[in-house]
Amino acid sequence: MRVPGMIYSSAKMMEKIGTDESPRQVANVAHLPGIVGYSMAMPDMHWGYGFPIGGVAAFDVDEGVISPGGVGYDINCGVRIATTDLAYDDIRGQMKPLVTALFRAIPSGVGSTGALKLSLQDEKRVLRDGAKWAVTQGYGSVQDLETTEDGGTMEGADPDTLSARALERGRAQLGTLGSGNHFLEIEVVEEIYDRPSAEAFGLREGQVAVAIHSGSRGLGYQVCDDFLARMVKGIDRLAFPLPDRQLACAYLASPEGREYMAAMACAANYAWANRQMLMHWTRETFEKTLQRSPREIGMRLLYDVCHNIAKIERMPVEGRERELCVHRKGATRAFPPGHAALPPRYRAVGQPVLIPGDMGTGSYILAGTEGAYRETFGSTCHGAGRVMSRTQAKKQSRHRAVGREMEERGVLVMATGKGTLHEEIPEAYKNVSDVVDVVHRAGLSKRVARLRAVGCIKG
Amino acid sequence: MVHRSHRNYILFDHTADLGLEVYGDDEGELFCNAAFALFDIMYDTEAVAVRVWRDMAVEGSDREDLLVNFLRELLYLCNGEGLLLKEFIMLRFGDHRLEGTVGGERYDPDRHRLHQEIKAVTYHQVRVEETGGGWKGRVIFDV
Repeated sequence: MRVPGMIYSSAKMMEKIGTDESPRQVANVAHLPGIVGYSMAMPDMHWGYGFPIGGVAAFDVDEGVISPGGVGYDINCGVRIATTDLAYDDIRGQMKPLVTALFRAIPSGVGSTGALKLSLQDEKRVLRDGAKWAVTQGYGSVQDLETTEDGGTMEGADPDTLSARALERGRAQLGTLGSGNHFLEIEVVEEIYDRPSAEAFGLREGQVAVAIHSGSRGLGYQVCDDFLARMVKGIDRLAFPLPDRQLACAYLASPEGREYMAAMACAANYAWANRQMLMHWTRETFEKTLQRSPREIGMRLLYDVCHNIAKIERMPVEGRERELCVHRKGATRAFPPGHAALPPRYRAVGQPVLIPGDMGTGSYILAGTEGAYRETFGSTCHGAGRVMSRTQAKKQSRHRAVGREMEERGVLVMATGKGTLHEEIPEAYKNVSDVVDVVHRAGLSKRVARLRAVGCIKG
Repeated sequence: MVHRSHRNYILFDHTADLGLEVYGDDEGELFCNAAFALFDIMYDTEAVAVRVWRDMAVEGSDREDLLVNFLRELLYLCNGEGLLLKEFIMLRFGDHRLEGTVGGERYDPDRHRLHQEIKAVTYHQVRVEETGGGWKGRVIFDV
């Protein structure tokens, strides 16, 4: 190991953490050249491809490497939360029509294709411009870009670095939710922990909000797969031994490393365009179903964050500023108050950090801190993390009417896939409150509000 | 020697992912059976007819790499091109390269039901080894 490992957790959660090989993965990552500080893992950590999910590692841009496994297969899987001017009482009586309308309006499910079939030219525009492209096509407004990480457009995206296969997979899937743990949720603000921060974020008790969790679909998967295959072939040319083939990587300064960054940026932009479109259709569906004007609904993007990404960022390291490539895989950026990347109205509070729970639990909204900036390269957890495999979850819940259970808990769920509800039962996930508790107490992000789910659509 | 596929595998859990253990009388058959298992996990292969055939050639630095690349390629045919496959015929099999032909049909939402989505093939704990009576392979899928 070139640097030590650092795991953020609690005594209660540590018992389970040793049972998969994720701690060893933290140690493996520490072998990679150019790594700075610590090889880290957030409290929602679990086993992943090469890097653990919940893994954070930063590399010197000149001497260090970029590893697709440190970004994840679903590049820019992320979440956005939009607030509204509605209170739960305004929609309580119309939950069934609202959730049904959303279910019909938002394509979801495994391999689902959307209403848009992009020409190659348009697809390349999406890959270069991300959410900005979506706005120019009439999906949402420019204001939405201000409260999206990176403005919804990652620089350096080069569609020519994508394989024909990746491009092909991307053509028909734009504007779809996906499957598995992706969802679109109607939530209600249940508890405010920090009033001044909540005010700055535009949050109040009883307010209706929408959370959208989705990524770069088949395109992102193909980009990761393609580059992993290339980099695995090049393992012998690396000047150091790899403890795990899945940590296949390339030097950032190499042509291969640069190409991956350019391709990853394309996939990231695709995901942002996607979430922008999904939010736009959600707005429209609310307006149509509730028979209210856009002004009455007042749907406003609070923020959009990535969970699977690598970013080039300037960070303080031992007293001086260095340019680093920060890998956040199943981890969220959490910039502190005062950071220039934040929109002016959030600058006093810190970056909104959006933490979705499992199906029907609801989300937490946190704020980034100085602590995270100093300790974890401005990073925090991303969500709950699975503790049970999909097969196990299905087995355990085989005889249960999961949909009805959710309804009894006050959440109306609609899913495309037959097995989805059983795979996504709450017990299959860590308790998100425990995860948030750790990052709050470790000073990585501070609790601002908790939202509970009232409606959910899944693939 | 030409090998064809059979159903000869079990599944095991691996945290949030899915593990496959597959068997064969020899390596060629093992790979055919692994290919069959991939699709059998995802779809009801009984409902898949063989209407088209595709030739395949895959390379790998060692047997495990070859297995991963083979399954990755097949997964792309499914997730990327919408092909469901059920017949796998191995024509030539060597340490670093295999050639075969695979048969199936296009995915039809009216006839084909998805059991389990497989998103990617990982290298984690991948194994291809000779056992007492034949060959065994293990691979973990990202689901």
